Amino acid sequence: MTSAVESAYAISPRRIGAMMLRYWYLLRSSWPRLLDLVYWPTVQMVTWGFLQYYIANNAGFFARAGGTFIGAVLLWDILFRGQLGFSISFLEEMWSRNISNLMMSPLRPAEFIIALMVMSVVRLSIGAVPVTFLAIAFFGFNLYGLGFALVAFFFNLMLTSWAIGIFVSGLILRNGMGAENLAWSIMFLLMPLACVYYPVATLPFWLQPVAWALPPTYVFEGMRALLIDKVFRPDLMFDALALNAVLFAIGVFAFLKLLQSARRHGALMQTGE
Amino acid sequence: MCAMLAPTPSPPIEVDRLVKIYKTVPAVDGISFTLKAGSVTGLLGGNGAGKTTTIATIMGLVLPTSGRVAVLGAEMPKERYRVLHRMNFESPYVEVPMRLTVRQNLKVFGMLYGVEHLRERIAELARQLDLTDLLDRPTGRLSAGQKTRVALAKALINNPDVLLLDEPTASLDPDTADWVRGHLASYCRDRHATVLLASHNMNEVERLCERVIIMKRGRIEDDDSPAKLLARYGRSTLEEVFLDVARGEGIHSEAAQ
Repeated sequence: MTSAVESAYAISPRRIGAMMLRYWYLLRSSWPRLLDLVYWPTVQMVTWGFLQYYIANNAGFFARAGGTFIGAVLLWDILFRGQLGFSISFLEEMWSRNISNLMMSPLRPAEFIIALMVMSVVRLSIGAVPVTFLAIAFFGFNLYGLGFALVAFFFNLMLTSWAIGIFVSGLILRNGMGAENLAWSIMFLLMPLACVYYPVATLPFWLQPVAWALPPTYVFEGMRALLIDKVFRPDLMFDALALNAVLFAIGVFAFLKLLQSARRHGALMQTGE
Repeated sequence: MCAMLAPTPSPPIEVDRLVKIYKTVPAVDGISFTLKAGSVTGLLGGNGAGKTTTIATIMGLVLPTSGRVAVLGAEMPKERYRVLHRMNFESPYVEVPMRLTVRQNLKVFGMLYGVEHLRERIAELARQLDLTDLLDRPTGRLSAGQKTRVALAKALINNPDVLLLDEPTASLDPDTADWVRGHLASYCRDRHATVLLASHNMNEVERLCERVIIMKRGRIEDDDSPAKLLARYGRSTLEEVFLDVARGEGIHSEAAQ
């Protein structure tokens, strides 16, 4: 009746598909979940868009820096929503007390992670794509006008969001729902240091190396270089990619260690607080 | 072993000197047992006796502090992916997603377990467990008894050779509980599956199990067939035997003494 797949490292597209189907069914069954994906990015973009519109009409520099704020808002949303999309799909398993079922099934951790990564892109697309069109309609800012640079920005931001989402999921597995708040707030720790709305040079000198240790910093600097100086900086993207590779490896390693620790402490049997 | 699958030379479940200590508290303290293929064994014990930890360790959900667990010849948890598709589990304390319909849940779990001809399998289970009319209803909107049948369908979706049940009829009314026991009995008989059943319900254990392992404070206090336990303790019901063990009153029958 069953097809045996024996290796612990074998990846089954069918099992990954099963998990994606599970999250798709869930999204489809709940309009508040769908609405939640769209409303906050819209509110953010509109608020910051009008702020930029006001400043641009009153300051020469900002008049040159057209779209910087809106661009930053949209890219920040990719980073934040990417991580949140990953973490919320994971949290759905904790909220529904289904995590033990999954951990006792043949689903491998790598398959679970891949399914969560794909679902974070799906959730992000549902939430962010309509907002990018609103940005065109309201403020004439066309994110897609960034061309290939947008692909580089998107890929780097998603890698960071996945790495952090994977790490946070491990923390929740190990520590239970008491760690849930991290899923909602951890990205805001990065916000001031990743220099989303201002250049790295704005930070105190001693804090700048910390900012440069974070992959998103390179993306936001790259976006400003593109929008203000009209220059695409591939060097920044490669630096971000190298740092992301390290961050992603650390995230996966931490997740596996935390999962192992959860097995050791019996935490997978108790998914409450 | 199961008639439809290749025979496994190793016992379905082997537990050897298993110890599980949480911080400083021993939840399981050096237990050993081996289950025969096609047998139904009850795991009895009060709260905190170590039943759930034993089952979770057999499933690979908990790492043992020391000792060894093997299922269908695979060392757990190291080799668990060799056999997890031939095992399954049911407990009222672990739910299936409530927002998904019954059919969606069974489809997702069927895919996870690599079930072939899944549509037919879901239809078959729905017929057997009287779920056909409920297949397209959200699982969260079902009654407790219906949810238990769904959980049972999930546990049987892959026709497991080894089935672990943790209080499968807890909080069910007597009629539904009896129905669930009847279905489990026929599944075990038809599939020749090996079942380990943790329960507080002595009627359930007497009806389903040919062997009973009684645990107390992480250790095995006794291990025998229900008939032999009754004779040894000089009691007429397993509940009385259980109370004797739980209260440390020991063996009553003169023959045993």
